[in-house]
Amino acid sequence: MPAPTIREKLAILADAAKYDASCASSGADKRNSLKSGGIGSTEATGICHAYAPDGRCISLLKILLTNFCIYDCAYCINRSSSNVRRARFAVDEVVKLTLDFYRRNYIEGLFLSSGVIRSPDETMAEMVEVARRLRLEHSFGGYIHLKTIPEASQELIEQAGLYADRLSINVELPTDEGVMRLAPEKRPQTIRRSMAGLREKLEAAAEPTLRTKKRPRFAPGGQSTQMIVGADATPDATILKTSARLYGSYRLRRVYYSAFSPIPDSSAALPSMKPPLMREHRLYQADWMMRFYGFDQREILAGRPDGMLDLAIDPKLAWALDHRATFPVDVNRAPRELLLRVPGLGTKAVKRILASRVHRRLRLEDVGRVCQSIAAVRPFIVAEGWSPGGTLDSERLRETVAPKAKQLELF
Amino acid sequence: MAIAAASKGTRHTVRLASQTDFAGWRDAARTLALQGVDPSDVSWTIDGNDAVDLFASPTAIANLPPVPATAELRVPRRFVDLAEAVICHSDPARFGFLYRILWRLQREPHLLSVATDPDVRRLEEMEKSVRRDIHKMRAFVRFRRIADEAGERFVAWFEPAHFIVERNAPFFVRRFTGMRWTILTPQATADWDGTNLAIGPGASKADAPAEDAAEELWRTYFRSIFNPARLKVKAMAAEMPKKYWRNLPEASLIPDLIAGAEKSAREMIERMPTMPAPHHQTVQAKHWKNRPEETQTNGADAASIAELRQAAAGCRRCPLWRDATQTVFGEGPENARVVFVGEQPGDQEDIAGKPFVGPAGRLFDAIIEDAGIERATTYVTNAVKHFKFEPRGKRRIHARPNAGEIQACRWWIGHELKLIKPDLVVALGATAAQSLLGKAVPITKMRGQTVTREDGLEVFLTVHPSYLLRLPDDAKAAERGRFLADMLAVKKLMA
Repeated sequence: MPAPTIREKLAILADAAKYDASCASSGADKRNSLKSGGIGSTEATGICHAYAPDGRCISLLKILLTNFCIYDCAYCINRSSSNVRRARFAVDEVVKLTLDFYRRNYIEGLFLSSGVIRSPDETMAEMVEVARRLRLEHSFGGYIHLKTIPEASQELIEQAGLYADRLSINVELPTDEGVMRLAPEKRPQTIRRSMAGLREKLEAAAEPTLRTKKRPRFAPGGQSTQMIVGADATPDATILKTSARLYGSYRLRRVYYSAFSPIPDSSAALPSMKPPLMREHRLYQADWMMRFYGFDQREILAGRPDGMLDLAIDPKLAWALDHRATFPVDVNRAPRELLLRVPGLGTKAVKRILASRVHRRLRLEDVGRVCQSIAAVRPFIVAEGWSPGGTLDSERLRETVAPKAKQLELF
Repeated sequence: MAIAAASKGTRHTVRLASQTDFAGWRDAARTLALQGVDPSDVSWTIDGNDAVDLFASPTAIANLPPVPATAELRVPRRFVDLAEAVICHSDPARFGFLYRILWRLQREPHLLSVATDPDVRRLEEMEKSVRRDIHKMRAFVRFRRIADEAGERFVAWFEPAHFIVERNAPFFVRRFTGMRWTILTPQATADWDGTNLAIGPGASKADAPAEDAAEELWRTYFRSIFNPARLKVKAMAAEMPKKYWRNLPEASLIPDLIAGAEKSAREMIERMPTMPAPHHQTVQAKHWKNRPEETQTNGADAASIAELRQAAAGCRRCPLWRDATQTVFGEGPENARVVFVGEQPGDQEDIAGKPFVGPAGRLFDAIIEDAGIERATTYVTNAVKHFKFEPRGKRRIHARPNAGEIQACRWWIGHELKLIKPDLVVALGATAAQSLLGKAVPITKMRGQTVTREDGLEVFLTVHPSYLLRLPDDAKAAERGRFLADMLAVKKLMA
């Protein structure tokens, strides 16, 4: 077979990378190219430069350095037993592609991952070299996210943190048993220790040194991780418990949930079905409840004996329907924590309510102006001139506030 | 800017220099507000664009009386920020609307905090719309590379919804400093020659280059990164509205990708699993066959602390390993004469994999140093070797190990003591005492005492140093003194 062209390699190595859900280009320190005279900048929020028809944003050039891999993880298109076509980029090819795309404003930067070839250190060293050349030889100021190989040496991780904005290590699956069954060569303990190591370095870099005011740079965008959902029978309750543990233990910016997707050359060990997209969506909503709405992970699924989130309605609404005694909440008096529990009120709406009510009593139409849908909120609040009356106790409340069944088609 | 009025109480017309003439608007609005001119009496128009304003009277030229130099007009900083953005909005009514807000602000200084007010809501919506347009321009501008006499240049054609080119241009300067580039739009052109930014008149699509070879690579990427099994067209269209598609090189692929998605996904699902790839066996044999398995021993025949530590790394004697990062084993010389036993590793110990490195550990180090005990000669360990906690957002709250967990972990502490054979063991806190003595003891009552175990081992009892950390400052000093006294007693017992 002739050596593949750049275009063929790109097709193979982008296809190989697309099952990783992470796309964020946020959280980096603010920088631009005015001084360096190069190209690239990062500001408060990342930019999604395109969207694929799968609804996912395309922010970074997300590719693998190579899809040759010595690991044999059943869920992965690149596992060593897969018959997928293999390719390998040279370091300079990735550098050039990144710069060519960036100059045309297609991307925010690079998300580089790799199959592990020969040894974790050799592979990690090549990834670090891509980042180093971009930063030092091309004055590239765009976003760089490097996937970190758990077994790689500490020196390489430190260098990775020096050039990258974000590092991530995938926990792969929500339980250790799952990892051992489906990714037999991986060691959950090694993955955890690597995440702990990243947290140590991130915290050390966050403390100003005494001698110079300058802090050692280490991945200012922090670390994130991903787990695959639906490749085994783990219930949502366990998944969320794992997330809560990961957020608490390793100060992650994000936990990504990736609905297990069929892959072109699949393993017999896994279910062959459409990815559970609605379940993935509900998990993100539940994750949001933990991170922004002050819910404890145990509360979210308290009303669900099977430990699974209700696919038909969002988990915040489900919680409210199960805890009607908490409502109605008086928008003119209730504390922030309680307002955040009202279905249909997001953090921004709550902020606006709190700021407005200092100056005037809020009526239902006032609330309507700061939230997406007053119909969803109405049964759960009291406002000037408004009380939901018996609505809250109605058996039909769920039908009133739940979205019509058509959304289920997504699943 | 020029303000014209027929007479007092009649209409005034303000002519602004351009669509985004913020300075002109501000000067006029300031004058009008100080003169108390009602918003409904003002018309706003752009120079040479009179048709926009039907109420403008060409004969109305009498100026307002001058504003006294001492007159002051105060507005919140946030209003200025919002107005600067909203002036870029395409709504022709924006100038008058902004003046109305300014007018209301003089009477209701807190107006902007009332997010539920219809005017404030509209103002915020307009600002959001401008911000979104700015964001989408940053996202969807697509440069095409051309070669000219001075080297390479990047040119883009873009159609914004609002008058944002000038406001947005500095972003492109910050990002593409090292390139020469031009962004053409129907309303204005931004051009960066590597040193200077110039804003020029609008252009047409025909002025932009037709194509760029890199677009074929970009389309390849777009096609390959798409997962047909996850088709979500609405989600895509919500973030990348169709109106932008005509200027996006990748958008031409979208209809075919959508049309073929169902079939590709079905094929992936239906395709039978294949035989492992030919090189798989070679890879397995080379990399994994001779991999040393983690020792599954229980450590009973460990001949050294190092061997014991290795065995404990895989400990499953109780469920605490599930949530912890790692086993945190004891540390110190194997011939130590004294062993300090704490409760369990904390957050930092769990992360570092070493005992006594957190706040309590540092306090402990400082106090034993004061007591003249050299930490390097002592062995420090914990009664329970995995961190037990409850996650709370971005932190972990320490949870007390229960009797079962303490009991399960006595296995390790027993073997540690068997290998080290110290003269004295110091139990720091109730958990350590319970582990060492096999039963719960009232630690505050027995503090400072030495208990001799059945096997002859001397166990000195005191509190855990983390107890000191939780006290208020005045009590802390006194308790630190008591703990130091205990350590001095330990030092004496060691002699």
